[in-house]
Amino acid sequence: MNRQIVKLFAFVVVLFGILIGFTSYWSVFDAKALEEKNANKRPLLEQQQIRRGRILAADGTVIAKSLGKGKGAERRYIRRYPEGSLFGHPIGYSFELQGDSEFEKFHNEELVGDEGEFSSILDELTGGTQEGNDIVTNIDTEAQRTALADLEEAGFGAVVAIVPQTGEVKVMASNAPYDPNRVPYELGKLNTNDIETPLLNRATQGLYPPGSTFKVVTAAAGLESGTITPETTINAPGSLEVEGTPLQNDFNEDFGPIALDTALTNSVNTWFGQLGQQVGQDQLFETMEKFGFNATPAIDLPGDEVYDSGVYEEGHLLHRNDPVDLARLAIGQERLLASPLQMTEVAAAIADKGKLMRPQIWNRVIDPDGRVVDKLDPSVYSEPVSAQTAEELTTAMEGVVSEGTGTNAAISGVPVAGKTGTAETPGNRACGGGENENQAWFMGFAPADEPKIAIVASVECTEQFGNDIAAPIFRDVAETILNGEGE
Amino acid sequence: MTARNRELFALVPVAALLTAGFAAVFAQESDRLGNLSLTYGAYFFAVCLATHVFLRFRLPDADPYLFPLMATLTAFGFVMIYRIDESLARDQANWFLLGLILFCVTIYFLRDYEVLERYRYTIAVVGLLLLLAPRLPGIGQQVNGAYLGVKIGPLAFQPAEFTKIAIVVFLASYLREHREVLIVGARRVLGVTLPPLKHFGPMLVVWGASMFMLVFIRDLGSSLMFFAAFLALLYVATGRFSFVVIGMAMFLVGAWFFAATVPHVHDRVEVWLHPYAEARGNGYQILQSIFAQADGGLFGKGFGQALINIPGTQPPARLLPAAETDTIYALIVNELGLFGAVGLILVYLSITARGFKIALLASDGFSKLLATGLTAVFAIQAFVIIGGVTRVIPLTGVTLPFISYGGSSIVANFVLLALLLLVSDRARREAAEFAGTVPMGAPG
Repeated sequence: MNRQIVKLFAFVVVLFGILIGFTSYWSVFDAKALEEKNANKRPLLEQQQIRRGRILAADGTVIAKSLGKGKGAERRYIRRYPEGSLFGHPIGYSFELQGDSEFEKFHNEELVGDEGEFSSILDELTGGTQEGNDIVTNIDTEAQRTALADLEEAGFGAVVAIVPQTGEVKVMASNAPYDPNRVPYELGKLNTNDIETPLLNRATQGLYPPGSTFKVVTAAAGLESGTITPETTINAPGSLEVEGTPLQNDFNEDFGPIALDTALTNSVNTWFGQLGQQVGQDQLFETMEKFGFNATPAIDLPGDEVYDSGVYEEGHLLHRNDPVDLARLAIGQERLLASPLQMTEVAAAIADKGKLMRPQIWNRVIDPDGRVVDKLDPSVYSEPVSAQTAEELTTAMEGVVSEGTGTNAAISGVPVAGKTGTAETPGNRACGGGENENQAWFMGFAPADEPKIAIVASVECTEQFGNDIAAPIFRDVAETILNGEGE
Repeated sequence: MTARNRELFALVPVAALLTAGFAAVFAQESDRLGNLSLTYGAYFFAVCLATHVFLRFRLPDADPYLFPLMATLTAFGFVMIYRIDESLARDQANWFLLGLILFCVTIYFLRDYEVLERYRYTIAVVGLLLLLAPRLPGIGQQVNGAYLGVKIGPLAFQPAEFTKIAIVVFLASYLREHREVLIVGARRVLGVTLPPLKHFGPMLVVWGASMFMLVFIRDLGSSLMFFAAFLALLYVATGRFSFVVIGMAMFLVGAWFFAATVPHVHDRVEVWLHPYAEARGNGYQILQSIFAQADGGLFGKGFGQALINIPGTQPPARLLPAAETDTIYALIVNELGLFGAVGLILVYLSITARGFKIALLASDGFSKLLATGLTAVFAIQAFVIIGGVTRVIPLTGVTLPFISYGGSSIVANFVLLALLLLVSDRARREAAEFAGTVPMGAPG
């Protein structure tokens, strides 16, 4: 029987060899693929065991922090947002079961402290525990507070403020706001609230007809292409027949032959409509694209949470070869939709002598030992217009505030350049289908001679005009930022 | 060096493992676990030493490595269970003590273990009746659709753990007596060697019993274990590989038939083949078990570092279901990595090697077959559960010997160990006498 016993043992050796083979496969060879399986919640749960770094405002206000709960292997961290709804946009949230969004999602790796394969292996060998980095943002707490408070009074909408020379985002407020602390308890309710849509960041995801604010882009295309100079006059009648329907000025006012200054100051539709046609579609689209239209804004937010601005047809962007009504596009109509962020980029580029900087919310990353491990290095996205064109546009935009349609944006002692916009949105279902609702805009920067901040305020579903409801918000936010600078 | 002195030295690494294991878990979770924990190690080791002294007197020549190897597994399992739940470790310590008492009782009263042969039919019948107990109203318990346990008052146990020993004793005895007839009486039919039907009858009873388990008490794991042990013994006794092939074919046909007709069996096979189809349902356990292994990698996360519960759930919800029983191997891979797991499998392999060595040394047929059967059933049990957790075979609920939490398993396996040592003591003494040397007795 001994021979059989030896054979039986050999068989057991083979069986145990198979066990070692399978264990190796699961634990080592297939481990990476297994960790990426949807059914595998371990990586997510383990991420909650890392103390996620804090997010701070420029003045040190804590926007987000992590609190530890439980002990040992059960220890985990829960995200807290001490300021509640103030920074709900654009910071977003990060929770175990609900996932993450916006800034929290985009900067996840820095916040959990993933700094490449090498250091994580080193950590494993030395038994060190992974710790997250803090991120200091550019957000100006007081200006953010002012913007949100003003919006809550004015209606649904958004305010964005960017430092023209660096792209630092100082304000990004969206009304209706939401308190990220509530997300674990009422994400479903927030998601299905179709009237307030509190989870929608209207600054980046709100696409609205820009109305007359877009005339600045048309003017930029005209000047940049040499189609006009600031002295060129175009005859601006009260009404113009375009593609079978009349394009009219407010009150059908006939301005006669006027130059850019007067046309922009009074926001003359027939003047810009003709300019658009003279510039041509290629040139207009080229300028638009240099300003950032037809592309996802290069901001530090998840790409799928930031919408492209441009001419939309049934949910698709139109390009320079697609048929569009150029005259109406030139005055910000014709299915053109733009986000408040996009229009702020337009203002910022003009303020920065024609250079568009990449807008960035983050400023620096600080590791658990207090060292700055990464710092924002401002970078140029494009140069939509020359310094000269920018200067000419600035002059025209100053007229809008000093004597034109945007006088409510004026700040005493500080020259302001800007442009109002009032796009009629009758029958808009989001506004309850009323016939007199407008999308009211103000876009500008200050001080005009030495720009420190470019701001856009946009209000949905209002019966008021840009100058009445959006320009005061611009003024409040600009004053808060400029006063803060002086301190 | 005498056998017992070698055993004593072999216990030293066990003590080291225990101390290191408890210290690691304690250091990691000192805020959660009571500081009495470190005394567990001392208590455990004292009990092992006492058993060693008992062996010195009763079985001076028995295999010196089996007991330390099993103590290694028990200590290891003890640390793992302690790390999962302190109160479970306390229970396990009590079961361990009871197991050692039964271990000593077996050795004390069964010195002449041939007596078992006389009662082989009684033993077989009692073993099979035990299997029926979980279906009896009032005392039977159903767990995960299987009828595995019996509960009488506060005492719960799984009869299959004891039945496996009874069946091995019966088969060893029966085959010892009938192996010649089975070989000589075999006829070739259509080119296949068939055993004589008359003497094969009792074998069919065993096959029937395992099929019965498959269906009636739904214990797939034990059923597989019994039948594999049966085939191993049949092969060793007769040397006819064709019998094994026939047996395997019979089992596969039976298993296939029941997999197709019995929903419980069908589910187990489906989950094994397509775990992702029901990732939140039936497939949850096997998937979590594999994810835990993936999490472990080469070196593991360290004692006490793996995630067993879903953090923040109160009462704690298990991320890795049945971590203290069925899937404890996955937890070991998670915390000690592939290296730890291979170490563990090598310990099982060493025990198997020592067991078969005893069978080789034994001079009479019953001893040989008994040692072979006990070793085989032990090795196969380890294979069935580790294979289940690593998706080599469908996952079934048998325990990982000496490591999983569970009283019946610990106690029954200590009885199994006692029988092996009894066979070993005699075999080695006879071998030594045969070689002409005077056997070394116990000192004093």
